[in-house]
Amino acid sequence: MSSLQIKKGASRHSAYDLRDPNAQPVERHTLAVIVDNEAGVLARVIGLFSGRGYNIDSLTVAEVDHAGHRSRITIVTTGTPAVIDQIHAQLERMVPVYAVHDLTAEGPAVERELALFKVGGQGEKRVEALRLADIFRANVVDSTLDSFVFEITGTAQKVDAFADLMRPLGLIEMARTGVAALARGAA
Amino acid sequence: MDEIMTGAEMVVQALKDQGVEVVFGYPGGAVLPIYDEIFKQNAIRHILVRHEQGAVHAAEGYARSTGKPGVVLVTSGPGATNAVTGITDALMDSIPLVVLTGQVPTFMIGNDAFQEADTVGITRPCTKHNWLVKDTDRVAETIHEAFHVATTGRPGPVVVDLPKDVQFASGSYVPPSRARTGHYAPRVKGDPEAIARLAEMMETAERPILYTGGGVINSGPEATRLLRELAAATGFPVTSTLMGLGAYPASGDSWLGMLGMHGTYEANLAMHGCDLMINIGARFDDRITGRIADFSPHSQKAHIDIDPSSINKSIRVDVPIVGDVANVLGDLLRVWKERGGRVNHEALTRWWAQIAAWKAVDCLAYRQSERTIKPQYALQRLEALTRGHDRYVCTEVGQHQMWAAQFMGFEEPNRWMTSGGLGTMGYGLPASIGVQIAHPDALVINVAGEASWLMNMQEMGTAVQFRAPVKQFILNNERLGMVRQWQELLHGERYSHSWSEALPDFVKLAEAFGCKGILCSDPADLDDAIAEMLAYDGPVVFDCVVEKHENCFPMIPSGEPHNKMLLGDDKTRDAIQKGGAVLV
Repeated sequence: MSSLQIKKGASRHSAYDLRDPNAQPVERHTLAVIVDNEAGVLARVIGLFSGRGYNIDSLTVAEVDHAGHRSRITIVTTGTPAVIDQIHAQLERMVPVYAVHDLTAEGPAVERELALFKVGGQGEKRVEALRLADIFRANVVDSTLDSFVFEITGTAQKVDAFADLMRPLGLIEMARTGVAALARGAA
Repeated sequence: MDEIMTGAEMVVQALKDQGVEVVFGYPGGAVLPIYDEIFKQNAIRHILVRHEQGAVHAAEGYARSTGKPGVVLVTSGPGATNAVTGITDALMDSIPLVVLTGQVPTFMIGNDAFQEADTVGITRPCTKHNWLVKDTDRVAETIHEAFHVATTGRPGPVVVDLPKDVQFASGSYVPPSRARTGHYAPRVKGDPEAIARLAEMMETAERPILYTGGGVINSGPEATRLLRELAAATGFPVTSTLMGLGAYPASGDSWLGMLGMHGTYEANLAMHGCDLMINIGARFDDRITGRIADFSPHSQKAHIDIDPSSINKSIRVDVPIVGDVANVLGDLLRVWKERGGRVNHEALTRWWAQIAAWKAVDCLAYRQSERTIKPQYALQRLEALTRGHDRYVCTEVGQHQMWAAQFMGFEEPNRWMTSGGLGTMGYGLPASIGVQIAHPDALVINVAGEASWLMNMQEMGTAVQFRAPVKQFILNNERLGMVRQWQELLHGERYSHSWSEALPDFVKLAEAFGCKGILCSDPADLDDAIAEMLAYDGPVVFDCVVEKHENCFPMIPSGEPHNKMLLGDDKTRDAIQKGGAVLV
């Protein structure tokens, strides 16, 4: 409870209506934002999210057109449909933004994430980790007598599932790239 | 061939090429090369303010009263951080500004150098866009792009941060005709299908209302002309936000007065009861909507706005039209006329009869006093005695601002300068100087409260130095009036820190600055005192001592819908005599 003891929805103590107008179910959307690769552009985009209270579940950014000086920022966010629409409009009006694609809304899309897992252990657990990595089509990119580093590519859910299996087998640490996504088809 | 010049020379050349006549600023170490160039020329006039916040507000007043972008020049570090409040104010009210800030040399950035601040970092969320120029060859092009961004689409402030070594170094100057202004080009033409749908809805609407905002004024004179034509052709009632006052004339037949928290009874009830709301360049601000869930529950809503993020932000609309107001209104009028130019006359007559009944409540009534000056009375007299003048009005923020909006009539756009979105106390005095610099022969009045006015009173020095005969009309209630009102109505009359026990003698203060001071506390003397203020050829500080505990009504308490207006407190109930203090 807030120490201010303001009743949820009470307005008489506030200069604002304190009720949340966005109390609707939240959705997960993947946005691709094409931007000028200029100084501060990433700060600008994530500043929009933090300043306006939007969520970022995952963020991936890299230059994708060196000659055109453009970067692609892939953001996975959650919010009510109204909030998702606002995020779209707020991104689109930014000066260095060329285009915003809501890949979740615009049609089928493929999403992939790359992750590295360091798993330590010996004996039975080590064998089991290697066997599971094979099932998940993970590659071994580093090996010592008591550790492996696996490289895995897939959807965020697949990476999550692999992490759940590795944890009891001696997961030491992991690094994830965040989601990269493209719309399906030629368009 | 590009001309080779220093970065500082480029700044001045770029401003000249952009048609800039006035710069508001304050020098400092990191902008000395630019000030050196300003010294060497006469095309651009520099107005030396007393504080950087004042420079930005003055530029806002200049921009708002002319429709041209305002230009500010300040130094690094504290110069830039002092400008932040003004920049944020301009962002909230969509005022085009180009703010040039000095920066420490590029090789010292990040070293916590003397007067270093991360200006682009600090101003990123409060500008439309900003740039740190690290290469002298990019100076001119960046400034040209800055003007393009500030004035295109929804206007707003931009910052160009110029390190000192970039100002000293030489490079090639790019004129505006060859500057790349990027890909920023917001849509100005509205969707024809949506416009046709709105035209069709206008034909059958029984209780329509035009809800206009600052976007009409920002769109330019053509938008104002088209709005007036639309209102005259359809006979639809017109209300406006605080920012949009003057787009439709206060003396016009269709005028309902301002809407919102302190808007008129008729405007707010018409918004609540309408069946077709046409939002033209306004943004459904929370001071307008009150409780979202109960906002205008029975209406179809159309929204014309150049900024797509304004549409469906807080209020879901049925007909969204992204585009420039003048462009869309032109198309709308043409389509509506082609379809026959019909409206539902019978229903409109009934609607106007209902509005007349609401108007008869006379919501701005107050109890007159023969002993003390009522603030409303002071503004009524100011309005009456200045009506024929070529007049511009600025305000600070608070009760006096709302009273000025209620009691002063605006016949033309760009005549009313007030801090709407951010609500910046201390805005009015510097803004009035900016307006006066742009319109040297006009009557420029700043309606102020004494508390707001003190926040930037140092700018009286600027007014005196640059012979800006601004009239500071201070409604002095020795209180933070709006805070006091909320404490009375909503916080059990616990007046926590809402008064000042050590106010200056404003007449002596005026004289100390070298201008004229006038004190008036008797209603019988008011007209003569105002006449004395108007007759004086120079800046005046008018200390109008008013009733200390007057509340500003009507009022929609926050979080309440439009039909839950408070019309007056117990003291004014008798004066109102129309159903008591609270009408539902």
